[in-house]
Amino acid sequence: MRENRYFVCLLVPKQGFEFGIAEILLEIECPITLQRAMSANLTPPITKPNFLVSWLKNPPQKLFRPLIALLFILTLWQVLCGSPESSLPSPIKTFQDTSDLIFNPFFDNGGTDKGLFWQILASLQRVAVGYTLAAIVGIGLGILIGSNAFMFEALDPLFQILRTVPPLAWLPIALAGFQEANPSAIFVIFITAIWPIIINTTVGVQQIPQDYKNVAKVLRLKGFKYFREIMFPAAVPYIFTGLRIGIGLSWLAIVAAEMLVGGVGIGFFIWDSYNSSQLSEIILALIYVGVVGLILDRLVGWVASLVVPSEPQV
Amino acid sequence: MNALSTTDSSSPSEISRPTSSPTSSPTLPQTPSPMTSHFLEIDGISKIYPTAKGSYTVLEDVNLTIDEGEFICLIGHSGCGKSTLLNMVAGLNKPTEGQILLKNQRITEPGPDRMVIFQNYSLLPWKTAYENVYLAVEQVYKHRSAQEKKDITLEHLELVGLTEAINKKPSQLSGGMKQRVAIARALATRPEVLIMDEPFGALDPITREEMQEELVNIWETHPSTVLMITHDLDEALFLADRLVMMTNGPSANIGEILEIPFPRPRNRAQVVESPKYRELRNHALDFLFRRFAHDDALE
Repeated sequence: MRENRYFVCLLVPKQGFEFGIAEILLEIECPITLQRAMSANLTPPITKPNFLVSWLKNPPQKLFRPLIALLFILTLWQVLCGSPESSLPSPIKTFQDTSDLIFNPFFDNGGTDKGLFWQILASLQRVAVGYTLAAIVGIGLGILIGSNAFMFEALDPLFQILRTVPPLAWLPIALAGFQEANPSAIFVIFITAIWPIIINTTVGVQQIPQDYKNVAKVLRLKGFKYFREIMFPAAVPYIFTGLRIGIGLSWLAIVAAEMLVGGVGIGFFIWDSYNSSQLSEIILALIYVGVVGLILDRLVGWVASLVVPSEPQV
Repeated sequence: MNALSTTDSSSPSEISRPTSSPTSSPTLPQTPSPMTSHFLEIDGISKIYPTAKGSYTVLEDVNLTIDEGEFICLIGHSGCGKSTLLNMVAGLNKPTEGQILLKNQRITEPGPDRMVIFQNYSLLPWKTAYENVYLAVEQVYKHRSAQEKKDITLEHLELVGLTEAINKKPSQLSGGMKQRVAIARALATRPEVLIMDEPFGALDPITREEMQEELVNIWETHPSTVLMITHDLDEALFLADRLVMMTNGPSANIGEILEIPFPRPRNRAQVVESPKYRELRNHALDFLFRRFAHDDALE
């Protein structure tokens, strides 16, 4: 009698969002009573704890190491900047100085004297406008250039030069052109984000395998149908690579642009804090900028994971 | 049956040229027998590629006539222009000289009346098996209802035995299954000519034999004209009505055409055991390895 053999199904988290099923053959030699007790409620107690255990086991390790690193860096920082004559504030002093800003991000005293939530929101709005425009124009131009050899040869060298121009170098010409601060800042975002989007979309369209093009030719897929069925799905992983680089660059550029153009926004907040010698506020703002940048990057990555076909090219 | 739509030939004299009188095509010094009209005529085809070192002639003056419903296999060493020739029939490539006529109409561009099955399947990886076939059905049967198009798609997936896997993406399918989807996609459009470029080259030997049998079964129930490139002599002898053996490039041509007289339906064991099979096989081997031997070994 081999009733004391149990197949146990475990849900094991794999990469991404998938769950794999691992079957494990357990051979349990144990007293009849215990065996009966186990077989009575076999599935719930073994499946659930294992799932939970494996779920709990992995993330803590992933959290644990960065936490130690963070603690180490904070300690080092405290040691280096702890003395009263230090030119930069220590982490403890930073927290003490900025606790008002941290715990009350929503105040609004008019003018540029607003909580960090509003400052960041203002910056995000500029990025949203500039980046959206860059995405639309960039993808459009990329498709045009990628599918047309003449346009590619004509424009690619130009783009290769323009893309190396640092974002802030565009600001004076934008200010001269727009005569206003806000559109100029948005233009800087636009012009910063557009190059990687154009270039990656172009590559994405150019690399469409000849096989897919042949299928399209034999089936006479043309115009919008060709775009929808072949070109866009084949190029979309490249497009999202460009979009992801673009969002990172946008966020890099907005801080610098806002420092120069002023108004509400995290960039000007940093500059303003520097001018009023609030070094702790600068440090807090930098942390926020980093966190928001990470969130933006992950957001685009998440959208990509929804849109990009999961299968690699055959 | 979808209408043949290669009508936009630039030269009106070639659209519907009279078959009973000699033609006066300027590119053709000799015309095929004007008395008979063939289904598919490859007519004095040459393909010359310009290169930095001067022009490179892949094919020179290839002539072949094929009847409706024939199963033709092409064999030859790599680089002999087999694929170039079939791509020209498909319309993916244009001949430098000569012309290809399908039902007396000149082939000028690709179209679903000449479906191609490629060695690497050419399925769209972002579409399921069903969607891959449906895309072709949708393009060909533009005026049918959605339900009819769905039925045609499912019917052909069933024909190749893929009912279970219709919602799987190509990456989830084995090589044999992928090639089945490609065959279903090709057959669903009811092509006049089915062009296959080493369709089973990437499959393991067992799957390859299975697919050969399935292909023959489907071809016998759904007759169409088949042009198939293969590197496998046994495959060619089992499948083909005629085996076209190409000479080596450059300036390749048809060296010899073997009639394969085994009655259909063919039984592989019986075919292989017949003395005629050995005779044909030895003859073809002699052609490929002695008379037109090549540095590259036959796969």
